[in-house]
Amino acid sequence: METKSQTAIKGKSQQAVRMTGADALVKSLQNEGTKILFGYPGGAIMPVYDALYSVQDELHHVLVRHEQGAVHAAQGFARVTGEVGVAIVTSGPGATNAVTGIADAMIDSTPLVVISGQVGSSLLGTDAFQETDVVGVTQPITKWNYQVKKAEDIPYAIARAFYIARSGRPGPVLIDITKDAQFASFDYIYEPVTYIRSYKPIPEVDPAQIEAATQLINLAKKPLALVGQGVILGNAEKELLAFLDKSGIPAAWTLLGLSAMPSDYPQNVGMLGMHGNYGPNIKTNEADLIIAIGMRFDDRVTGDLKAYATNAKVIHLEIDDAEINKNVHADVPILGNVKESLPMLTQKISANKHDAWLQEFRACDRIEYDRIINEELAPSKPGLTMGEVVHKISNAFNDDAIMVTDVGQHQMMGSRYFKFKQSRSVVTSGGLGTMGFGLPAANGAKLGAPDRPVCLFVGDGGFQMTIQELGTIFQTKIPVKIVLLNNNFLGMVRQWQELFFDSRYASTELINPDFQIIAKGYHIEALKVTERENLEDAIQKMVNHEGAFLLEVIVEKEGNVFPMVPSGASVSDIRLE
Amino acid sequence: MRMKQEFTLTIFSENQVGLLNQITNVFTRRSLNIESLTTSESAIAGIHKFTIVVFSTREEIDKVAKQIEKRIDVIKAFVLTDEDIIHQEIALYKVPTKTLLNGNEIEKLVRQYGARILEITEEYTVIEKTGHKHETQELFEKMDQYGVVQFTRSGRIAITKLKAELLDNYLRKMEMGKKILN
Repeated sequence: METKSQTAIKGKSQQAVRMTGADALVKSLQNEGTKILFGYPGGAIMPVYDALYSVQDELHHVLVRHEQGAVHAAQGFARVTGEVGVAIVTSGPGATNAVTGIADAMIDSTPLVVISGQVGSSLLGTDAFQETDVVGVTQPITKWNYQVKKAEDIPYAIARAFYIARSGRPGPVLIDITKDAQFASFDYIYEPVTYIRSYKPIPEVDPAQIEAATQLINLAKKPLALVGQGVILGNAEKELLAFLDKSGIPAAWTLLGLSAMPSDYPQNVGMLGMHGNYGPNIKTNEADLIIAIGMRFDDRVTGDLKAYATNAKVIHLEIDDAEINKNVHADVPILGNVKESLPMLTQKISANKHDAWLQEFRACDRIEYDRIINEELAPSKPGLTMGEVVHKISNAFNDDAIMVTDVGQHQMMGSRYFKFKQSRSVVTSGGLGTMGFGLPAANGAKLGAPDRPVCLFVGDGGFQMTIQELGTIFQTKIPVKIVLLNNNFLGMVRQWQELFFDSRYASTELINPDFQIIAKGYHIEALKVTERENLEDAIQKMVNHEGAFLLEVIVEKEGNVFPMVPSGASVSDIRLE
Repeated sequence: MRMKQEFTLTIFSENQVGLLNQITNVFTRRSLNIESLTTSESAIAGIHKFTIVVFSTREEIDKVAKQIEKRIDVIKAFVLTDEDIIHQEIALYKVPTKTLLNGNEIEKLVRQYGARILEITEEYTVIEKTGHKHETQELFEKMDQYGVVQFTRSGRIAITKLKAELLDNYLRKMEMGKKILN
């Protein structure tokens, strides 16, 4: 790589400017369009912070309270904007604190560039103060990572990092920069990377596969489309609707596919997976054709693979070849960006309607309403349910807010009952299931989408995993709406204990602090609701308040999320109670 | 579950620090044991070649190859079976020179197995044999009856039976398809 960057510099007619590695890093970030970054200073990254000090007006550095918060915030930013999120941390503990967020971004395909400081190159490998082999540590959880030991390699490393992070199936990239490389001066020239010999981000769509898929689609009597995040990442929302409109095929979304089409789109049959809707789960095994669009057949979606899509042929539209046949065999794999492949399919297929088949889903909906949803949204019992809170808040935001969630019961309730009008309206930790993700991710989301309301749902467990980020909200004045669904339990684990461990509630009950006082300590406006009659008023206050707001709702202690496909069971065995 | 069999993976990559780690991690994640691993520069300057022997099912090895190929600096991973390749390993045996002088058994074995003597000192003699693992192993077992004091065997190296190098075609295609991503 060193030789490449040197040749790149030699070959350019651009005027080189002499500067330090730290200034070069900042300049390179700006050249890639970075206007905001999230971070925390420390010894090995101080030269870069010094460089950031000079460009405060153009490059907004958000000072977080913990490096995990920096990476999750960068993720939230990336998810709502579609741009690369940038986080910056120091060496050693700074870098290891970033690991959870990097792993989360990897499994959820979020484009990130994480910059970590490193001890001076002469100290590498000597167990120096705050030295960690962060390149080794993050190797399995990054799309690419690299250690820079010379200032002149910084522009190329950053250009490569952004190209890799945002192209193809996006993901996190970590660049580790030794302190001496930050200090050293060199002649800076910036050249974006647009090609890497060993890397093909977007495979070409094979027309023969389009042909084969077209035949299957035209013959299918009970086709079902599974919509994943690939549609959002590929900016293919319009292409998706065009395909669905013409084909008449019912479409279900995955957790990360939420908001890829409007909630009320007539062919939207709801959410797949463990706590998804009854219809799409049970009908998966009745369908004669599954069209997976930018999704990866996660085990939370498929349940028991041996009893999954048992009557169906599978068409898999996917950008990442390693996902083809990984979990579910694809009869017709269509590699490529769905933005390209979907229109090719739409053009070829015959216009069709599947009204009778769609009605079968609606019949399932009625069962789900009768058995679960009606009671969840309008409970006959006095205790507040998570579902009714989510539902009312969604309405209060005109069903058009960005929903951020943490992980657990509230996440599933949010996913089930929040409604969406436009894409990129959901930020949630899907693959990794990271408790503590929500609060910092909401901060990043709000800074990425300042003109849209950002509403976080968080439980009392996850809230306390990154509660220090209230400090970031206060200092940076981030007007996020925090809805704390407090049941004084780790609700999802408790639910599993109730169902599968004889209600032995091992270490799931939480004795909590007074969250109102905590909010007050951070000068964040807060309200606590314990009775149903006060809920709507409190929600209105939150919606109308200009700044950040904590709405704490005391919900039923032992509420459960249903339906549920028990872990390892077939989607056909979805339980309604 | 389909039958496990022996596969040879040949992997071509850029010459980057830490690549071996990246590749072996894919095996570690799936708790697949690597039987043998050889790595060196390939015929194409700047491109590294890994040859990895592993017991697995066809289904799993194809997934492993794709996950390896997914690493940014890996150019291509090819899954090969014994029918596709000519392969060799090299083994070195050290025996005390006096066992060589005390009878003609070692000499007979050297002739019989097409091995050769690399070095003779007063104290020891080093014998070399190339071949498949079972051949070098067999020689070891026979010679060990007379006392082998050291034995070492390399990983596998392999060459395909195809006319052209697999990678050449691939690289040519990549360069032709080079286009700017927006």
